[in-house]
Amino acid sequence: MTRFKPSLVPLGLLLLLSAIPLGAYIFDAVFALTLATRILILATAAVGLNLVLGYGGMLSLCHSAFVGIGAYVVGIGAYHATNDGLDWMSNGFIQIVAVLVFSTLTAAIIGVISLRTRGIYFLMITMAFGQTLYLAAVGADLYGGDDGMTIYQPSVFAGFALQGRYVLYIVAAIVFSLSVFIVDRLARSRFGLVLQAAKMNEPRVRALGYDPVRVRLVAFVISGAMAGLAGFLLANYTEFVSPAEFNWVRSGDLVIMVVLGGLGLNLGPLFGAAFLLVVEDLAPGITTHWPIIVGLLVLLVALFAPRGLGSLLTGEARND
Amino acid sequence: MLSSSLLLFIEQCMNGLQFGIMLFLITAGLTLVVGIMNFVNLAQGSLFMLGAFVTAWVAANSGNYYLAVLVAIAAVALLGILMEVLVVSRFYHRQHLDQVLATFGIILILNELARILWGAQGLSVTLPPELNRSIELLPGLTYPVFRFAFIIFGLATAGLLYLLISRTRVGMLIRAGASDRDMVRGLGINVNLLFALVFGLGAALAGLAGSLSVPIMSASVGMGEPVLMLGFVVIVLGGIGSIRGAFWAALLVGLVDTLGRSYATTLLSLFLGSKAGASLGPSLAGMVIYILMAAVLAVCPEGLFKAKAS
Repeated sequence: MTRFKPSLVPLGLLLLLSAIPLGAYIFDAVFALTLATRILILATAAVGLNLVLGYGGMLSLCHSAFVGIGAYVVGIGAYHATNDGLDWMSNGFIQIVAVLVFSTLTAAIIGVISLRTRGIYFLMITMAFGQTLYLAAVGADLYGGDDGMTIYQPSVFAGFALQGRYVLYIVAAIVFSLSVFIVDRLARSRFGLVLQAAKMNEPRVRALGYDPVRVRLVAFVISGAMAGLAGFLLANYTEFVSPAEFNWVRSGDLVIMVVLGGLGLNLGPLFGAAFLLVVEDLAPGITTHWPIIVGLLVLLVALFAPRGLGSLLTGEARND
Repeated sequence: MLSSSLLLFIEQCMNGLQFGIMLFLITAGLTLVVGIMNFVNLAQGSLFMLGAFVTAWVAANSGNYYLAVLVAIAAVALLGILMEVLVVSRFYHRQHLDQVLATFGIILILNELARILWGAQGLSVTLPPELNRSIELLPGLTYPVFRFAFIIFGLATAGLLYLLISRTRVGMLIRAGASDRDMVRGLGINVNLLFALVFGLGAALAGLAGSLSVPIMSASVGMGEPVLMLGFVVIVLGGIGSIRGAFWAALLVGLVDTLGRSYATTLLSLFLGSKAGASLGPSLAGMVIYILMAAVLAVCPEGLFKAKAS
């Protein structure tokens, strides 16, 4: 059994997460609260990706597709609830079950095929699968096709609608904390150790009698489900879904968040997401051509800080 | 007199061939760069886009499409070599993740530069009169001269590339690099120069593909990424590092994609009724190619034409 080690990290996280809505309330800074909500939602997806990329060493470029699936479940549910009077489709519990089922199934199918390969093949194939789902969303004329659709009906949990800035923030904070907790437990479990060992020395893991592909597949599926949940929150947050959620550029953003925060650092994605989203929020104020700033930033990180922004402070060299 | 549906089929096959040749021009360089340098270049699509923009811009200012194509090829090749020397060469020994990040950054920069220089609206090009007409290939089948010239010119380029790779000393080194780059280095070859050359060649071909595509799809920001994705499918199908594999896979992807787009709706309507067919057809058509890739991978994960022993 793993011994529970009391640590200051969860306490610090809890304080940080509860300080934001208090601060927003006191200083009447609603924009900070909505930005923090967005950061937490995307960080949840990035925490999931970190399990695959940071711990498992699999460079997946289709995670935005799982986010998209989660978002479209909410969007499609809201569409039928508003237009066809099918109220059960906006039921949050049913939607969450649907999100988990669809994202898990999709991740399993993509994983089974993609994990037959490694390295460059793996990243190209996951990218292509992500594009397939993107095209499917573009082709879904009923649900707005290329333009996407506005969500007029938020998810309803036993009478409580998932809307309002503070409610969304609290839910996002809870889901984020839960996902961090789950990945933390997984990483320390036998499963997580095998996953990390398979990244370092696959033949040895095989020799010890484990099947690395199966472990990777499980990690991929769990990670897909977490990204799906993030998509569920994202749709309720933006009140809008479009094929853009599926676009591989979004997957690239998630990878950047994980890398910025530090690969395999469980809380890393939070800082990566915060950094990237704050830059994306501030940069348009400097120039309308802000993607250049983000692009240069990404290029510089790849060149000088591949271990994440934290490595710049500690001067830690890359060891793999 | 041939039936009109057969003529339509032939025309779609020609379009598929033309699309496949465009894909080949983009992936020829990409597969070499991946195969020889073990480098993932996500920015190949952006080079394609720049080829298209430079062509449209020069053609608009000089009024000469042929000159514009030449300028675009030279400019994109130069940019490719510059990219290789400044950025890419620092990433050969790094993880794929770092390479993906670096080229992702380059995509963001190049896309935005194109937006600054040429605007978000997109540019199109007017063809010279001798290319801007149709000829009758078969009785009852007229086909645009430009697309026909595209096919001929693309095949000629592929042939030249084949000669370069299989008959010249540089080509021999490139092939040797694709199967064992350490041995090539061990034999005293300046691998850095070879890499820069291969990268520049790949960039030039992507630029050429862009130039030839402007008259068909006008130049716009972000046009490179969907093409890059299809390029990856081609590489995966053809086997990494294999030009021959890339050629056949590109033609296959071009044909399947084009025919899928024109016949998916009809075929689906047969099975599901016309309403469901019309709504599902277009989205399934785009997916056909990826389903094909998944099927091929399930059978042979190394691609159809395995070329390298990495």
